[in-house]
Amino acid sequence: MPNVMIRVKDDGGLLFYIAKKDQEDEIATVEKDSDSEWGGVVELTDGSKYYIDPISPPPSFPTTLRFKRAE
Amino acid sequence: MSAMTREETEALIQEVLEVYPEKAQKDRAKHLTVNDHEVEQSKKCITSNRKSLPGVMTIRGCAYAGSKGVVWGPIKDMIHISHGPVGCGQYSRAGRRNYYVGTTGINTFGTMNFTSDFQEKDIVFGGDKKLAKIMTEIESLFPLNKGITIQSECPIGLIGDDIEAVAKKTTKDIEKPVVPVRCEGFRGVSQSLGHHIANDAVRDWVLGNRDNDNSFESTPYDVTIIGDYNIGGDAWASRTLLEEMGLRVVAQWSGDGTLAEMENTPKAKLNLLHCYRSMNYISRHMEEKYGIPWMEYNFFGPTKIAESLRKIAGFFDDKIKEGAERVIEKYKAEYDAVIAKYRPRLEGKRVMLYVGGLRPRHVIGAYEDLGMEVVGTGYEFAHNDDYDRTLKEMGNATLIYDDVTGYEFEEFVKKVKPDLIGSGIKEKYIFQKMGIPFRQMHSWDYSGPYHGYDGFAIFARDMDMTLNNPCWNKIKAPWLKVDEAPEAAAAGA
Repeated sequence: MPNVMIRVKDDGGLLFYIAKKDQEDEIATVEKDSDSEWGGVVELTDGSKYYIDPISPPPSFPTTLRFKRAE
Repeated sequence: MSAMTREETEALIQEVLEVYPEKAQKDRAKHLTVNDHEVEQSKKCITSNRKSLPGVMTIRGCAYAGSKGVVWGPIKDMIHISHGPVGCGQYSRAGRRNYYVGTTGINTFGTMNFTSDFQEKDIVFGGDKKLAKIMTEIESLFPLNKGITIQSECPIGLIGDDIEAVAKKTTKDIEKPVVPVRCEGFRGVSQSLGHHIANDAVRDWVLGNRDNDNSFESTPYDVTIIGDYNIGGDAWASRTLLEEMGLRVVAQWSGDGTLAEMENTPKAKLNLLHCYRSMNYISRHMEEKYGIPWMEYNFFGPTKIAESLRKIAGFFDDKIKEGAERVIEKYKAEYDAVIAKYRPRLEGKRVMLYVGGLRPRHVIGAYEDLGMEVVGTGYEFAHNDDYDRTLKEMGNATLIYDDVTGYEFEEFVKKVKPDLIGSGIKEKYIFQKMGIPFRQMHSWDYSGPYHGYDGFAIFARDMDMTLNNPCWNKIKAPWLKVDEAPEAAAAGA
């Protein structure tokens, strides 16, 4: 269950940063991304997947969230 | 020698690895790679931030070096106690040339060494009492200090002293911030964890100190310089450019920096991050907690400076954008003259780098402005996010080495035959004796500054001075020179 800091990149994409691993990856897809909620399975550009229970209302970035590894 | 092809470079890595035992070979192979522009993420081609192999000559430092030497040490108006035996503090004292303004021993303490000088009895009975005592002593001897940090050396963690408790108690007694930093040398694999621990100590003990104090008058143009350690005056050369374009620099972290500047940083509008590796942690924290955006910039060489100035101006209104253009225009004649003078002397020369922090990628632009080519680069203590940023900067099929060992570095140099090497003091004399021009790129070989337009002129001069120095033709003893023998005999006669 890594703590992940999510911030908005210069080009508008979301950056997924795991401090413990110094891993910086862009988020490719988010399962639930609407005005009412944000979360579900999050897939990164390198193919790895993480899961977070959908948050409602959507959090404002940058913020630190606790993810689970999916699969 | 022309540039090496991908196959040649790969063969070179294989050849160098051959001498290792099988297990070591497997481990080291992961840290050496040939740059490929098609690879987007560095983790696919290089492993970094791993423990060095026992038995090889590594060039890394320790967590104490990262905290005391890099992040905390340059804060000039605080006293940094090297808590533990005397050596760690004494042998690293003032070696990094973080320049500052002030009267040493009165209101600034940058080049002084404070230590608790642990003896056997302190190890046996604990050093907390001694620590409390020396802090009250410091307070009476140097009353103008703004605060004290306790930089732990290895024994503190081993014997389990409670420096946090002492810090809290002393803070009450002397009414100044006392920051305990748990940067024992054995933590982590390199100085990199020391940076992180130091950043966390800043976050926990300093950053929030003035959260409810609104006496600081901020302007819409407040920026901070983060991760510039003012080596040879670097931060000053950067600061003038930012001020000329209309920004107000409210803090320097941590070269020539003060405690008050650090405490006021959350009131800035933009954090400018130069050394990503050592200060990205605190920048990320400030973005999350205070909503201050941060950006990485690069002040080595006119191309990168112009790029960075424009990018910085992008965060502000048209007044600053015009200011950036004005600054670039103002110095154009100056840096064009530098390039015109030195480029013909340096054109086509090949450079190999092996440094730490930000330099293995940041100085590439400066070398390219002088017509030079970086053919190999590597970091002592980088993580994968640093290599992500490096892959784009380096040419295709160039060598990249992580935590290179003394042996590997020498072999690479013998084969690649660069015209110049930029690395640390431990490598300097080996390569100079091999007859290869060398610059010590950790503290600019006692020169500097290298940042900004002013620094670029010095950078170019230094590279020329080293590369074109006549001494490199005199490395071989006269009687061993076969082809030049008649000339030598004539001179002797």
